[in-house]
Amino acid sequence: MSTSNIAPAGSNPVMDTDAFIKGLWRENPVFVQVLGMCPVLAVSNTAINALAMGVAATFVLVMSSTLVSLFRNFIPKQVRIASFILIIATFVTIVDFLIQAISLDVHKALGAFIALIVVNCIILGRAEAFASKNSLGKSILDALGMGVGFTFALLCLGIVREVLGAGTLFDIPVLGDGFQAWSIMLLPGGGFFTLGAWLLVFSIMRERKKNKAVAK
Amino acid sequence: MSAPDMKFTIEPPNSWHMIRALGGVGVLCSLLIVFTFQATLPTITRNKAEALERAIFNVIPGAATRASFQVTDSGALVSFEGEPKDEVLIYAGYDSDGRLVGVAMETQGKGFQDTIRLIYGYSPEKQQVIGMEVLESKETPGLGDKIIKDEDFLANFAALDATLTSDGSALEHPIEAVKAGQKEQPWQIDGITGATISSKAVGDILRSSTETMLPILHNQVNLLKRNES
Repeated sequence: MSTSNIAPAGSNPVMDTDAFIKGLWRENPVFVQVLGMCPVLAVSNTAINALAMGVAATFVLVMSSTLVSLFRNFIPKQVRIASFILIIATFVTIVDFLIQAISLDVHKALGAFIALIVVNCIILGRAEAFASKNSLGKSILDALGMGVGFTFALLCLGIVREVLGAGTLFDIPVLGDGFQAWSIMLLPGGGFFTLGAWLLVFSIMRERKKNKAVAK
Repeated sequence: MSAPDMKFTIEPPNSWHMIRALGGVGVLCSLLIVFTFQATLPTITRNKAEALERAIFNVIPGAATRASFQVTDSGALVSFEGEPKDEVLIYAGYDSDGRLVGVAMETQGKGFQDTIRLIYGYSPEKQQVIGMEVLESKETPGLGDKIIKDEDFLANFAALDATLTSDGSALEHPIEAVKAGQKEQPWQIDGITGATISSKAVGDILRSSTETMLPILHNQVNLLKRNES
């Protein structure tokens, strides 16, 4: 296998930290790449669910990127997708056991979505587009960056939805007794509203930055 | 992708390399899963036991203490102590005066996606189901999983009629789930809109469990009461 001679897109050997930072903001998997929408919309109804989902997905992302990167010269191209899925599914099973051991309530709240991490396209996407072509260190940084970016995005949605939909934040009341909760925010529709609003905010910010750069 | 793709057509895939890669990854992954399973099993078992304990008191409102009984194959109840393994257990709940307020029973059945495991409380005195909690389910998020939390749905189980015939051998009216808003009889469960199959599944699970368990309880309710202090 000789994939290592292909230069990965956008890689810069001088700036290794860039592998980490780009996932947080410039290439944020949710707000910029608009990937992994199923868990983003479904499990962001409370901040605690969003955090748990984000951490679980990050764990799977980092661990599978590590293995994929380690074996990148050992796995022939023809069977790479099967191998990646096998690796990802393994870590999803592991994270399922770990969450059950940490808290059954969290496991119950996330329900089928833990198993569905396996089809989260961010993870297979990073394995295919990055980890299978880059060194171990870089792949881990990339996965970590993407995972933190994903968690950040989930939290953005989760916080807004929980505060407006239940008047609480991490189960602590924040808006007082007089607040009439907007239950719609906890329902799937609220997920779309919030995601739309955040995408709008991020587009405006990107647009401004671009205009500034042009003006200079 | 075009550059490496073109390369495959020139260089035929080496079967041994593919077998080696998939086999190797497979073995490594299985080892990882087995190791994690073994390592987390004790904690998960303990968590589940704690959750069950909470659920028992949840489905028998007013219970302060409880005792476990094993249901033997012949349908007899015997007092049970120690770590449960595969036994069919029921849990008698007693209030602070030591009177029997209800019996909690665990049961499971086929849901929309996968097995639904639930626990329900039954009061022999009222001949009613007095509480229900879903312990485990993989129902569709946002639709079927409403059976876990939907307050209107759970309200069905606060006083669900499960009267036995006079000889105590069968239910007078089998429990059934009906479509949302169509509950007319005290033994009917008002389903959830958008979760019809899951709510029906809960109804079916409860019906089959009550049909086998309640006659057993009816015959031996004095045994449970003997524990009253």
